[in-house]
Amino acid sequence: MQFSENWLRQFVNPAIDSEALSHALTMTGLEVEEMQAVAAAFSKVVVGEIVSAEKHPDADRLQLLCVDTGEAEPLQIVCGAPNARVGLKAPCALVGAELPGFSIKQAKVRGVESFGMMCSAKELGLSEESSGLLELPADTRVGQDIRELLDLDDKAITLKLTPNRCDCLSILGVARDVAAITGADLHLPRIVEAKLGHQAQQTVTVKESTACPLYSGRLIHGVNAHAKTPDWMVRSLERSGLRSISAVVDITNYVLLELGQPMHAFDAAKLHGNIEVRYASPKEKLALLNEQTVELDADMLVIADDDGAIALAGIMGGASTAVSDATTDIFLECAFFSPAVIVGRARRLGFSTDSSYRFERGVDFANTLQALERATGLILEICGGEAGPVTEVLNALPQRPPVKLRMNRLCSVLGIELDIAVVAEIFRKLGFDFQQSDTDFTVMPPSYRFDIAIEEDLVEEVARLHGYDNIPAIAPRADLHMLPSSETRLHRAVLRNTLAASGYQEIVSYSFVDESWERDLLGNDGPIRLKNPIASDMSVMRSGLWGGLLDTLVYNLNRKQDRVRLFEIGASYAAVADGFTETQRISGLAYGDAVPEQWAQDEREVDFYDIKADVDSLTHGAATYVAEEHPALHPGQSARVMLNGEAVGWLGKLHPKWQQHYQLPRGVILFELDVAPLLARKLVQYSEVGKFPPVRRDLAVVVDEKVTVQELLDTMKATGISLLSDVALFDVYRGKGIAEGKKSLAFLVLMQDTQKTLTDVEADEVMAKLLDAIAKKHHAELR
Amino acid sequence: MTMQNLEQILPQAQRDFAACDTIQDLEQAKSRYLGKSGLLTEQLKGLGKLSAEERPAAGAAINVVKQGVEDVLKARRDSILNAEQAKQLANESIDVTLPARSQGKGGLHPVTLTMNRLEQIFHSIGFEVAEGPEIETDFYNFTALNIPEDHPARAMHDTFYIDDQHVLRTHTSPVQVHYMQNAMKDKSGPPLKIIAPGRVYRVDSDATHSPMFHQVEGLWVDEEVSFANLKGVVQDFLQRFFERDDLQVRFRPSFFPFTEPSAEMDMSWNGGWLEIGGCGMVHPEVFRHVGIDSEKYRGFAFGLGVERLTMLRYGVNDLRLFFNNDLRFLQQFG
Repeated sequence: MQFSENWLRQFVNPAIDSEALSHALTMTGLEVEEMQAVAAAFSKVVVGEIVSAEKHPDADRLQLLCVDTGEAEPLQIVCGAPNARVGLKAPCALVGAELPGFSIKQAKVRGVESFGMMCSAKELGLSEESSGLLELPADTRVGQDIRELLDLDDKAITLKLTPNRCDCLSILGVARDVAAITGADLHLPRIVEAKLGHQAQQTVTVKESTACPLYSGRLIHGVNAHAKTPDWMVRSLERSGLRSISAVVDITNYVLLELGQPMHAFDAAKLHGNIEVRYASPKEKLALLNEQTVELDADMLVIADDDGAIALAGIMGGASTAVSDATTDIFLECAFFSPAVIVGRARRLGFSTDSSYRFERGVDFANTLQALERATGLILEICGGEAGPVTEVLNALPQRPPVKLRMNRLCSVLGIELDIAVVAEIFRKLGFDFQQSDTDFTVMPPSYRFDIAIEEDLVEEVARLHGYDNIPAIAPRADLHMLPSSETRLHRAVLRNTLAASGYQEIVSYSFVDESWERDLLGNDGPIRLKNPIASDMSVMRSGLWGGLLDTLVYNLNRKQDRVRLFEIGASYAAVADGFTETQRISGLAYGDAVPEQWAQDEREVDFYDIKADVDSLTHGAATYVAEEHPALHPGQSARVMLNGEAVGWLGKLHPKWQQHYQLPRGVILFELDVAPLLARKLVQYSEVGKFPPVRRDLAVVVDEKVTVQELLDTMKATGISLLSDVALFDVYRGKGIAEGKKSLAFLVLMQDTQKTLTDVEADEVMAKLLDAIAKKHHAELR
Repeated sequence: MTMQNLEQILPQAQRDFAACDTIQDLEQAKSRYLGKSGLLTEQLKGLGKLSAEERPAAGAAINVVKQGVEDVLKARRDSILNAEQAKQLANESIDVTLPARSQGKGGLHPVTLTMNRLEQIFHSIGFEVAEGPEIETDFYNFTALNIPEDHPARAMHDTFYIDDQHVLRTHTSPVQVHYMQNAMKDKSGPPLKIIAPGRVYRVDSDATHSPMFHQVEGLWVDEEVSFANLKGVVQDFLQRFFERDDLQVRFRPSFFPFTEPSAEMDMSWNGGWLEIGGCGMVHPEVFRHVGIDSEKYRGFAFGLGVERLTMLRYGVNDLRLFFNNDLRFLQQFG
């Protein structure tokens, strides 16, 4: 809502300056978003009339003017403006005037004294461009200050109104609040009923009385559609953000801004028969004033004549009945449409109008006829013509049930003590009708306050007028209880800190991604699509986090990074039968050297096993790995990560084809794990530390290449030998002495008896059993 | 063997030992005095030839010399060892300024740093962390928060739609609704106190808007919480977060369908006021949706922009930096 401050001050003029007014508005919930002077500062510029003009003796393009500024003697002024001519009235900057960017001194121009300067609009900072002196009307009083003449000491104020305060979508509404806040008197424009010049009436049928509880209008004959909109009205409109269009339209817009009542003027000559307020019929079409032809939905209310829809009720008029320069008779409509039948309709058609904006929030239905008279009066004054009687179709207007406010509720919600007299005074200032007992109020909400329906609405009104600033900040009191603290469910921060400590940088990437990432990297052909994505590369919800990591890698490689470790924690999204699920994932990427380029270590590209260590630390060393293929990963370097028997994620090297696709010079290792299983920990239960020394034996075997270490370990553990405390691989050998297609694996075996020291014989037995187990199952041979 | 010889042994040993530069030489020299046929050993052997009367005095004299030799020997041994160790230490000295064998520098995203601080600070007065889905139903994102279909307030939310029933949540407020519903179901509250940090989405992208950003929602429901308490908690939080006891909070009347009275929160900053989020008392309609008796309980809720807090805290001047993930930016927070 933008408006001119001076216009507001015609309604209410508190003794505070613009800044203080702005602050007061903001602090009572009408946030001033912007306040801008309508003209730059300048001084000592008055209306001057050119009484004579002669050519400058030494310059072809200059004239010597005699300018009457209302003083005893006219001023001699040298002027180069092409439109300077005898009889013209234009702004004259006197000696000593301060103009935007320069000041006026007595000066010699090409040898001739000049006592001031005639001004263009541009020189006064009133426009960006101008082609000559600003021409003023012939009846302008000579010597009058230009700022006063053009009402330039004004500011355009823009309010950022919240949707509940539709009552402030007018000068009147803002003025009411300002009067309540400041205590200044409210001056309403004097509205008188128009004298009737004829008795003709437009017939109106309201078929939808709930949608349109009140429809009024009148015919005005003999209107001069060419009439010029008065300057004061053009200024008021412009400073409120509306362009002047034609007198009739300007007047309806003026009343819209002034009283908040949208209106529409039809060219009466173009109306055919009866006016009807009804819902659109199926497939009904309407050519709108904005040159858009729309097919109407069945829930759109229209104004129609015998030939069909002529306006979208409360939203926009139709082209066929629009007022034009040729119009002489108009039908001026002024109605109240229920917010419910307006809301969302314009948006569905892809626009919003000042009218729909107001109707969908709520227009004061008690002011409809006043507004009609106001507009009629202005039309007769500006465009002439004769008004006919008002046609009014009145049905049940919205009910405004009284609202109760309990003092104890008020005080306990706000957390302060308020005197009942203070609250009564607030309601009085707001102009609310109310009844009062010792403890309660019963308030009648005014017709313009659509936001007063329940007790909380009144609590807010009282708080607002009392001033939020006057409510102190008080620490709450409550019983002290300690919060639960789980040792078996870790905080997510632990995972973040683990990776950060291992050299990974956390990133945050978008949850919506390019569809190709889903398809290529995750084999997801049916991703969750956004209906209204902001860009085509942000159109589907990700089912995994690798796309964002790779994208970030490319971004940073382009910025000369050559070793990158990234991770992200975020949701992955999937569609399920009854909606969608989200799973928190932790995902990492490693690129470049295994360690930062270094004096002490040889350069080596990061590989699967480097990053496996990081996955091991995230899984507390409890993860196992099963070779399995993944669309994003190198088929021979890809593993499912298993934790407690469940698949929790993936680890592997980016498939060379995607490496090439993303133009990455070196390989990328990726992992992604479900977060939830990583956070579960068993509560430690102490078990006895062995008193006797453990025995270590080594077991070196030769097996086929295809036999995995994990299989051998599993088989050895499956023997269930109680003396066995640990088996771990410590060497892998291929080459001389080992047949092609075979490999040698060396395990260390730790044995321990909790009751006694192990004998060599017992240890030998264990080793034999282990060898036997893996020989049978995996054809392992002792090396 | 005479006393004369005995007296010469100590000075002789001193000379011998001093001439040794290594432990091996010293051990050889030692054996010449204290070995099986060493000079002192021989002296002791000679005692047997003396009479019972002479023996004690002679024995004592030999032991004095022997003790002397051993002392000299120990002193020399220590000296040689010290010299050898000094030499070894000198050889082993390194340039301690050479860089470490490091993993490289990792770190947390600044938004995470802020979320961690938020959680810690609110945790200190008993707020628990709650989470909810980012793909929300229309009901939780709007209807349950008193934003019915076609309500003009929906226009304030530029919403990403998945289908007619599902949206990307436009705020973290729906978590309130989930949490209160669950608390009523398992009878764990009210009273309840939560914060709900997380990602939210709006169809908006320019220098000062990101289509995805982070909010933290706070909710306190109890029998006696008030608007004054809301102001108290928010002010306390901001003072702790920015570590500024003089930081002031200003509330301005505003409108959110799910709170009433509602307020915009401003915080004093560099002599002016900065908008920091929205808040208010939980609207009775929201309580009705989750089955909490609004006559018995009251609640307050607030929402803060995490990126905004982060920018102010660390002096970051461009929102887009948080989502570009330029390592040169992110690593400043490591």
